[in-house]
Amino acid sequence: MSVALKKEAVVCENLRIATDIYSMWIKEPEMASTAKPGQFISMYCSDGSRLLPRPISICEINKKQGALRLVYRIAGKGTEEFSMLQASDRITVMGPLGNGFTLEGKKALLIGGGIGIPPMLELAKQLSCEKQIVLGYRDVTFLDKEFETYGSVYISTEDGSKGTKGNVLDAIRTNGLHADIIYACGPTPMLKGIKGYAAEQGIKAQLSLEERMACGIGACLGCVCKSKEVDHHSNVNNKRICKDGPVFYAEEVEL
Amino acid sequence: MNTSVTIAGIEFKNPVTTASGTFGSGMEYSEYVDLSKLGAVTTKGVSSVPWPGNPTPRVAETYGGMLNAIGLQNPGVDVFIKRDIPFLRKYDTKIIVNVVGKTTEEYCEVVERLSDCDVDLLEINISCPNVKEGGIAFGQDPKCVEAITHELKKRAKQPIIMKLSPNVTDITETAKAAQAGGADALSLINTLTGMKIDIHRRSFLLANRTGGLSGPAVKPIAVRMVYQVANAVKLPIIGMGGIANAEDALEFIMAGASMIAVGTANFVNPTATTQIVEGIEAYMKKYQVEDINELIGCVK
Repeated sequence: MSVALKKEAVVCENLRIATDIYSMWIKEPEMASTAKPGQFISMYCSDGSRLLPRPISICEINKKQGALRLVYRIAGKGTEEFSMLQASDRITVMGPLGNGFTLEGKKALLIGGGIGIPPMLELAKQLSCEKQIVLGYRDVTFLDKEFETYGSVYISTEDGSKGTKGNVLDAIRTNGLHADIIYACGPTPMLKGIKGYAAEQGIKAQLSLEERMACGIGACLGCVCKSKEVDHHSNVNNKRICKDGPVFYAEEVEL
Repeated sequence: MNTSVTIAGIEFKNPVTTASGTFGSGMEYSEYVDLSKLGAVTTKGVSSVPWPGNPTPRVAETYGGMLNAIGLQNPGVDVFIKRDIPFLRKYDTKIIVNVVGKTTEEYCEVVERLSDCDVDLLEINISCPNVKEGGIAFGQDPKCVEAITHELKKRAKQPIIMKLSPNVTDITETAKAAQAGGADALSLINTLTGMKIDIHRRSFLLANRTGGLSGPAVKPIAVRMVYQVANAVKLPIIGMGGIANAEDALEFIMAGASMIAVGTANFVNPTATTQIVEGIEAYMKKYQVEDINELIGCVK
């Protein structure tokens, strides 16, 4: 894997696409040239009192333009600062970080929940197999139209305002979806459910995890998850989400 | 221009090292930093058997700093000896190994295992706020500090550095106790115990409830403690706590530190260590300082 770079990137556009959800394109040709779906970048605040970078998943990669798209939710002061950025502003970023998804399978289920939806878009673009895309929202939907280009899209909303009322697994069952590989990113309870579903169906699953991070490169051991095997680095069943992940095979990790 | 400093008879090419727990054993940062440019690499704490550490969330950001409650996760001394020492020895830098334990016996076991290994100094972590036994419990009682220092000094072939806790009323008391126990040097400060509450979930943010505060927010406290200890004991000091640039490093040196360690800043800027080495040299050129040792403790 290539070394992650820390660089100043130029903001190309930064648009609000739903309540508290923003879509930002940044130009950084070197990062764009090596980035893979499922990887993330660390974004730095310009306010020095906010020390730690914010890990944000890569939503789209445009190698030709040398640009990356980041779709993020305002979760605190740091992401709020990012939402104020405008075209031609500069932002310090480090990346691409983590391992990304492994492209495989003949018939895939792509499952995104909430702010876990964005990384599935580049994956949907790059996967050449048959794709069923399941997107889970609390209420207001975003990015769903863009996914329609790459496969059949199924939606679940917790309030039932669109698609199946309930969660992504309810949408999968209601629509009778089947696959030989699952790719998923979303909140831990959702991933836990998918892990159980994949085991029950005997389907391989790649899950993208998240945790509070500091360094983003595997040194601080802040963002670990319980792993099934004693792994080479830690010797104690703790994989690093930033470095060994964020994407893991479901059977590798305990959720 | 001389940037080399000597601690316990060991010469370092410059006064910059890494703070334990923020740099692994250098492997992850070796992609960003030429480790041979550092005076020393101080490794993450190593225990006699592998430690799994605390549950997540383990880190939280605070104003100008961060809280961590990693809980000294480490692969154990056997893996460390087999994998990390040979890795670090490929570089032209000194190796300071941070040692952790839950009992005096565990600290002794690690020190004995390392005594025949090719490492330069041992830093004894008696001040981690994130483990229940050992750690901070030893570090707050001067009698315990003296006793454990004495026990370890008998077993160590390398010089030993006692890493002190700032979570005490008077840090000069534990510093004097370490000196009485036979310590060769002191590291200060470790993190300050802190807490963050998630007001939306009405719960503690860290799974461990409390964590160790580090980063620029703690720097003035650390500088003050280095100054106090430098004037209370004869031992050389490795100063740390919120050092992010050469100016910060020079403050510690002028307060009395012979070396400085860069911690949280690594997470923010992976090349912070070598930038600080260069920044100190630039300062010396600018003010025509021939020997860095002239700056150590120059503010009285």
